[in-house]
Amino acid sequence: MSPLLAEIPYWGESLFRVLGGLVAVLLPAGTIVYVFLFKMMSFMQSRLGPMEAGPYGSMQLFAEVGKWLQKEDIVPERADARIFKMAPIIVLLSTFLLVVVVPFGPDALFTDLETGIFYALAVSSISVLGILIAGWSSANKYSLLGGLRAAGQLIAYELPMVLAVIGVVIQAGTMNLQKIVVAQNSGSMFGIDAVGHPYLISQFVGFVIFMIAIQAELTQAPFDMPIAESELVSGYMTEYSGFRFLIFFIGEFATAGVFAMIASVLFLGGWGVPFSWFGWTSIDEVDNWMNFAGPLIMFTKMMLIVFIIMWIRFSYPRLREDQLQRFAWKGLIPVALANIMVTSILKVVF
Amino acid sequence: MIAQNIGFWIIAVLMIVAALRVVTTNNVVHAALWLVVVLAGAAGQYILLAAEFVAITQVLVYIGAVMVLFLFGTMLTRARIGAESDLNNSYKKLGIPVGLIMLVAMGLALTRSFGAEKLPDSAKVVSTQEVSDQIFGPYLLPFWALSFVLLAAVVGAIVLARKD
Repeated sequence: MSPLLAEIPYWGESLFRVLGGLVAVLLPAGTIVYVFLFKMMSFMQSRLGPMEAGPYGSMQLFAEVGKWLQKEDIVPERADARIFKMAPIIVLLSTFLLVVVVPFGPDALFTDLETGIFYALAVSSISVLGILIAGWSSANKYSLLGGLRAAGQLIAYELPMVLAVIGVVIQAGTMNLQKIVVAQNSGSMFGIDAVGHPYLISQFVGFVIFMIAIQAELTQAPFDMPIAESELVSGYMTEYSGFRFLIFFIGEFATAGVFAMIASVLFLGGWGVPFSWFGWTSIDEVDNWMNFAGPLIMFTKMMLIVFIIMWIRFSYPRLREDQLQRFAWKGLIPVALANIMVTSILKVVF
Repeated sequence: MIAQNIGFWIIAVLMIVAALRVVTTNNVVHAALWLVVVLAGAAGQYILLAAEFVAITQVLVYIGAVMVLFLFGTMLTRARIGAESDLNNSYKKLGIPVGLIMLVAMGLALTRSFGAEKLPDSAKVVSTQEVSDQIFGPYLLPFWALSFVLLAAVVGAIVLARKD
């Protein structure tokens, strides 16, 4: 690894990290909203989507943000004002905490925690707290029901997500996300070095469980019961308007982006390409240009995974609340446990 | 260790204030949220001790699971907005001696086992492997005992909740 940031002082490096964090959260969120929510959904429904603001409506997002920022910041009279205002910030905070561990290149990373994926799973559960108190403090029965549904759903689907990740951790032998990337790109499959060893293949069951679980964690349809506009107005977000609603909205799609990044790190090889393409054997030999190409590769893989999430979102109708719970506890968790068992047996045998 | 000491005192004062608010606030949900601050402070202290794995487990288990279930339970049953007057009961005073006994017991346990031993000046981050080697090596029996207690609690919950 060449010292890319060696000459920059500590405060400059910190500033760089903060700016990088903002870009890593907001850029995917904006792209996802425009490409998938505005355009892909419209094309799937045989319409054009936004066309007026900028070429092909590409400036629509700025118009929307401007609209939300102008709106009045309303707090319901009987709501618990302080907690009501705090809730969206907790949700967004968990997204920013989450992006911190994602590696974007051999040196392009915020922090290299030894327990990276464990940390990611831990901080992603903080957003549940924000959603719960948003539902409670609104003093609205629809909001409260939405918050409770969200909490029940996020708890139920966090388990299969953690269990699916354990398979990857067993196979890579580490919880550090950077080392998981290296393990996938320096490995080989069936004796062929050129494809590396993406865990998408050997942990396919884990990948499917992880994708279903993040679909539910992000409360995207068919798991959008906490919002369920035909039953609960819009769930825990009912009373929010103006920029606090905007924060929830950004949080939703930014978290989708970050979860997709984590999925691509765990299953698709993250920022890397198979190291044998350029004759690298370890992370120390990876060339410096990967620090610039890595984020782009990562972004491509992220868009691919978000595409799958959105494709399912726009294709399937909502599940019923009891079906949702049964699917997690009786379907996903036993399969995930079996996956762990098989993975660890194979790990010991081979 | 001077930076860690400053960090310790800031977090410790914050935790004490939050802990006092847990028992003095007159709203159940506010009390639970102050408890989140206390538990997050504990996670911060673990990080200052370079115990990364324990700190993250603290966040995952206590904030992500226990407190969420806590809030879930109170919101499902009774959690009004605004002040409630019937939160205190007649056993309120009993909390003080119980708290003191716990303080003395834990303080004694800590000073007896560590004495004047000090942390090294540049604390090394304890790796997950070392933690698991300890748990599944010398501390296997306490670990089993703990999981047995948890299992008993789970079975108890099922027995209480089942109607037939």
